[in-house]
Amino acid sequence: MIANEPAASAAASISTRNLNLWYGDFQALRDVSLDIKPGIVTALVGPSGCGKTTLLRCFNRINERYGNVTTTGQITIFGKNIYDPDVSLTQLRKTVGMVFQRPNPLPISIYENVLFGIRSHTRRGEYSRRERDAMVESALRNVRLWDEVKDRLRKKATQLTLEQQQKLCIARLLPLKPRVMLMDEPCSALDAEGIERIELLLQELRKTYTILIVTHNMAQARRASDECAFMLLGRIVEHDKTLNVFLNPREKETEMYVTGRYG
Amino acid sequence: MEDSRRERDGAEGGAGQADSAPWLCRFLGPAESMVAGVVVRLCGYSAILFVFAILFFVLREAAPMLFGGMDLVEFISSPDWRPSSEVRPQYGILALLVGTLSVTGLAMALAVPLGLGAAVYISEFCTGKVKETLKIVIELLAAIPSVVWGFISYMVLAPLIVDLTGAPVGVNLLNGGAVLALMSVPIIVSVGEDALKAVPDSYREAALSLGASRWEVVYRVLFPAAKNGLLAAVLLGVGRAIGETMAVLMATGHAVQIPRGLLDPICTLTATIAAELGETVYGGPHYRMLFVIGLVLFTITFFVNLIADIVVKGIRNGQRA
Repeated sequence: MIANEPAASAAASISTRNLNLWYGDFQALRDVSLDIKPGIVTALVGPSGCGKTTLLRCFNRINERYGNVTTTGQITIFGKNIYDPDVSLTQLRKTVGMVFQRPNPLPISIYENVLFGIRSHTRRGEYSRRERDAMVESALRNVRLWDEVKDRLRKKATQLTLEQQQKLCIARLLPLKPRVMLMDEPCSALDAEGIERIELLLQELRKTYTILIVTHNMAQARRASDECAFMLLGRIVEHDKTLNVFLNPREKETEMYVTGRYG
Repeated sequence: MEDSRRERDGAEGGAGQADSAPWLCRFLGPAESMVAGVVVRLCGYSAILFVFAILFFVLREAAPMLFGGMDLVEFISSPDWRPSSEVRPQYGILALLVGTLSVTGLAMALAVPLGLGAAVYISEFCTGKVKETLKIVIELLAAIPSVVWGFISYMVLAPLIVDLTGAPVGVNLLNGGAVLALMSVPIIVSVGEDALKAVPDSYREAALSLGASRWEVVYRVLFPAAKNGLLAAVLLGVGRAIGETMAVLMATGHAVQIPRGLLDPICTLTATIAAELGETVYGGPHYRMLFVIGLVLFTITFFVNLIADIVVKGIRNGQRA
């Protein structure tokens, strides 16, 4: 397992220390200590049920929706412990955006989807109509969706193709100016070309955001991530530069998994 | 056990029996299973038969007055319902219609916020034991016979209303509205909760992950997404309130007049039929007019249900898109 150099943890945007999580009696995360660096794409890989998604869902505390979750240990995001009593979930989720496995635009217009988050965080009338229009345009341009949808912003977002929906789900995070983006297998519902375009988008976005992506697709982890953490049965087995994990794995389990002999 | 089940399923698959229920084929030969199929089909079609039969019998009793003998203008526009007048019987249903509509309107004004509030609470804000208990209790509430509600309105609500408002009588529009509201709430809650439950969880997660509070999720995501189902819940509540007879008969005071305030006793279409049918001469004009009122009620509830149905279909189509 990787040693945590203190220097690295100071620079990290997300770090966890001895994180354990139980769903009822079932322990889904075991003693996870991990540092995610800003400005790069980090991939979480591992076989089904290893806890990748659970870990990801800890970082915006959306796990707590299910009543039977117990967590111990520490998660700090930009130096702030997110389990501190003074942390507002609304503020946390503004800073830490999430993209889901299945594109989930809300059944309202494209325009309103992009503004949904910002409307939760501002008073009515804080932005003028022109400012709102500009926000929508810039968010949609950033995800390369503007040209396709600019003439039907008032149409229901659920009528878009899956790829467009997923881009919209990324776009609606942008007006909130998040610093971290959590992506839970964002391409699993898309075809090969859609995947390519979303990965391209990731490369553009990573300059600005800390991106953490859960993926089942090993080729995608290899292509699209800078660092890679391999998980097994709720533990982090190995976390290193993506090339090292794939070409020079330190642990036997990692090697078995990345070479396709296990999982 | 698992194995034997699989075996049985396999045997059925191999037999490839007719299109009727496959489990029947284990017990019945081809001829019997055909008979069983016909019987089941008849049970299904009987619903249509009954609706038309009821319509036919009501129409038959009402026809002699409906197509001649009655003054349609007076029927609709006169508030005077004096069927047993010796001098000149009058059959105006305006007061009864206003009675029904006002008591239903009042009931909905009370029941819709209460029912939808409860539906939101059960569906979104409580879990586990509390949720199960509440659902069972609400079903129990729906199962209370209407005469018991009438009893409660008479013995509990009426004295309470007299005490609180100083009204001369406690059986009036307010009392009837309150009782009908309590009777419609269970329907609104259970249909409303189903509508909220049908909203995909991914919408809730999307909104929460964008920083919306749970309350914002309710009114910015769930209400718009479930609006057809919630509207259907309200309309079914309306249907329940319009058709209710015994409880309103006991609660409203049964005075034929157009109410000028919440504390006026009123009379509804349904209560009039229930109270007067036994006193009429079979085949006489009064008797037939009560059946005409029955037709009016039939028409109103038919349209309320039809609208509710169209609205519910709307949800299904909406979800497919």
